[in-house]
Amino acid sequence: MAKNDLIGGSLWEQYSAKVAERMNNPRHFGELTAADAQRLGGRLVIANEGAESCGDTVRLYWIVRESDEHILAATFKSFGCGTAIASTDMMAEMCIGKTVSEATKITNLDVERALRDTADKAAVPPQKMHCSVMAYEVIKRAAALYRNVDIATLQDKDIVCECARVTLQTIEDAIRINDLHTVEEIADYTKAGAFCKSCVRPGGHEKRELYLVDILARVREEMSRESSPQPPPDAFLEQSVVKQIRAIEAALDADIRPVLARDGGGIELDDVRRAADGSLLVLVQYKGACKGCAGSVAGTLSFVQQSLQERLSPAIRVQVA
Amino acid sequence: MERIYLDNNATTLVDPAVREAMEPFYCHMYGNPNSLHSFGIEVRPYLNRAMEQLYAGIEADDEDNIIVNSCATEGNNTVILGMYFSLLKETRKKRIVTTQLEHPSIREACRFLENHGVKVTYLAPDSRGLVTAESVAEALSDQTALVSVMWANNETGLLQPMKEIAAVCRERGVYLHTDAVQAIGKVPVSVREVPVDFLTFSAHKFHGPKGVGGLYLRKGVVLPPLLHGGEQMGGHRAGTVDVAGLVGMGQAMELAVTALDYENLVVRRLRDKLEDALLRHADVLVIGERELRTPNTVYASIRGVEGEALIWDLNQAGIAASTGSACASESLEASPILTAIGADRELAHTGVRLSLSRFTTEQEIDTTIAVLDRAIVRLRQLSTSY
Repeated sequence: MAKNDLIGGSLWEQYSAKVAERMNNPRHFGELTAADAQRLGGRLVIANEGAESCGDTVRLYWIVRESDEHILAATFKSFGCGTAIASTDMMAEMCIGKTVSEATKITNLDVERALRDTADKAAVPPQKMHCSVMAYEVIKRAAALYRNVDIATLQDKDIVCECARVTLQTIEDAIRINDLHTVEEIADYTKAGAFCKSCVRPGGHEKRELYLVDILARVREEMSRESSPQPPPDAFLEQSVVKQIRAIEAALDADIRPVLARDGGGIELDDVRRAADGSLLVLVQYKGACKGCAGSVAGTLSFVQQSLQERLSPAIRVQVA
Repeated sequence: MERIYLDNNATTLVDPAVREAMEPFYCHMYGNPNSLHSFGIEVRPYLNRAMEQLYAGIEADDEDNIIVNSCATEGNNTVILGMYFSLLKETRKKRIVTTQLEHPSIREACRFLENHGVKVTYLAPDSRGLVTAESVAEALSDQTALVSVMWANNETGLLQPMKEIAAVCRERGVYLHTDAVQAIGKVPVSVREVPVDFLTFSAHKFHGPKGVGGLYLRKGVVLPPLLHGGEQMGGHRAGTVDVAGLVGMGQAMELAVTALDYENLVVRRLRDKLEDALLRHADVLVIGERELRTPNTVYASIRGVEGEALIWDLNQAGIAASTGSACASESLEASPILTAIGADRELAHTGVRLSLSRFTTEQEIDTTIAVLDRAIVRLRQLSTSY
């Protein structure tokens, strides 16, 4: 990829002829009115999606025959770039003649395929793919309005990458099954993050709820936890609480307090309890210089936990009381 | 199709006279100016002449240095990183004051230094789009090592009050750098009139070749080189000098300075004509007062018309313009200058920048006005918001 990426800026020359043609002469732009609906014998639906402050808005007009839910006519208006206009135009065209249910199955990927000149060459460059997402969203909006239901009931759950419509589950599975280590690999396997890259990490084109870097880190951590050999039955956990407390105090004296004392700090055991997930929760309080020290909530705590885990039981989790 | 180029703040055509001046240094006088033999000897007078042209162009003193380099990005990085190694890293001077309007080569270099313990203040412009000398003065402390303010803004053409800012920096004993890339050839730039310590420029913005630029260093100012190596440029910048590039830049500078009156009269009149035509449409906002801008630039927000869609339509008619916030750009945030002058976020996506040059003709402007009128009407018909 490097050779082709070094000279950047290529955008419009990657548009298909169909995209350019529809940008110049959209076939389905304009408004539909109540009078049009009456003339055609259907119900008028007007759906808005996006905000001008985000750079893209689209309005979709449908006339739907209520007896069989067929979309008799569809037009649009758009405030957006060439890709947004061309893909909305194609989307409106694809709605015509379909039922409302069929139309909600149209995705931005279908629209992009329909705009291709040849089957194997994308109609728009990767970073423009997100401009077609609005075309997909607005159909859901129109269908929700028509059916008078919450739009959430029509949307896919947990979509991480809107451009390629990849769900959280698909990404997690791909990481696990193929043992993926980088976001580039995720893009190669799932297409997630291959287009506008907003979902790769914070700070991209638009804000997202989930980012690939975070998903990858979490799944990798889960995987390494799962792959570490199962510990033998934990004898420490079988002991009485009194014996556990004595053993923890002994461990604190031997391994931990001397270290903290060097910095003028100290630590006291507050409580010991079994957590719902089977781990043993050890609650502690800091004394002296450790109190309120920024390091004590991160570095020191993990040092304490690691020492207790090594000496007594891997099931121990240490928290500040 | 006859094309019209109105994106001169991005780059310019090489003046044919500049190209002619460069031509001999490719296949005939191709010697390395550092060579002792005749091939080296014969090119040096031409380089000396080019240096004269550069010094005269910005009214530099013979005791000052103008380091010839590859571009303004290199010049800007040389200043910011150089200040780090000469002052910020090991003295108690730990601060840089700059603005939110700067080119990425200043902004990102400053961000980089922030990772190394330098504190950077990014000043916001006022409601006219200006960073005032008072706001610079307020931001200074005895820890401030450097102030960096661009002379003219690339997006809007807005000119910053460099003279007043220079007076403040002089008085407070703080180094001042200015990125004058968009100012040279558009307005008079004199380091005698405006006593900056560092000034960067780039040949391709004033009808010179791409890949060659300059960094002015006031006499006595110490700055370690960015590129280490040979003794070229008096040890300030290693690397064999781009002979043809320097000859071209010198010629381009002389021509640009000579053409300043033309720029201020004719180019300004054409720009104003174009601007007036835009303003005949309802709901058009031009950023910055005319007198506060370079004479060649107009940046307009046209409500209901998405910027990239507009430059698409212009391009279909063979007209090259630019948009402030492309749909595919990294961030959806409005540019600071738009926010500062009170334009709302919606307008951030409706911006188009038209930048003229001394090669722009009246006929080109008339054609552009007609095409713009059609495009605005068409895109507003399509638009959800108009």
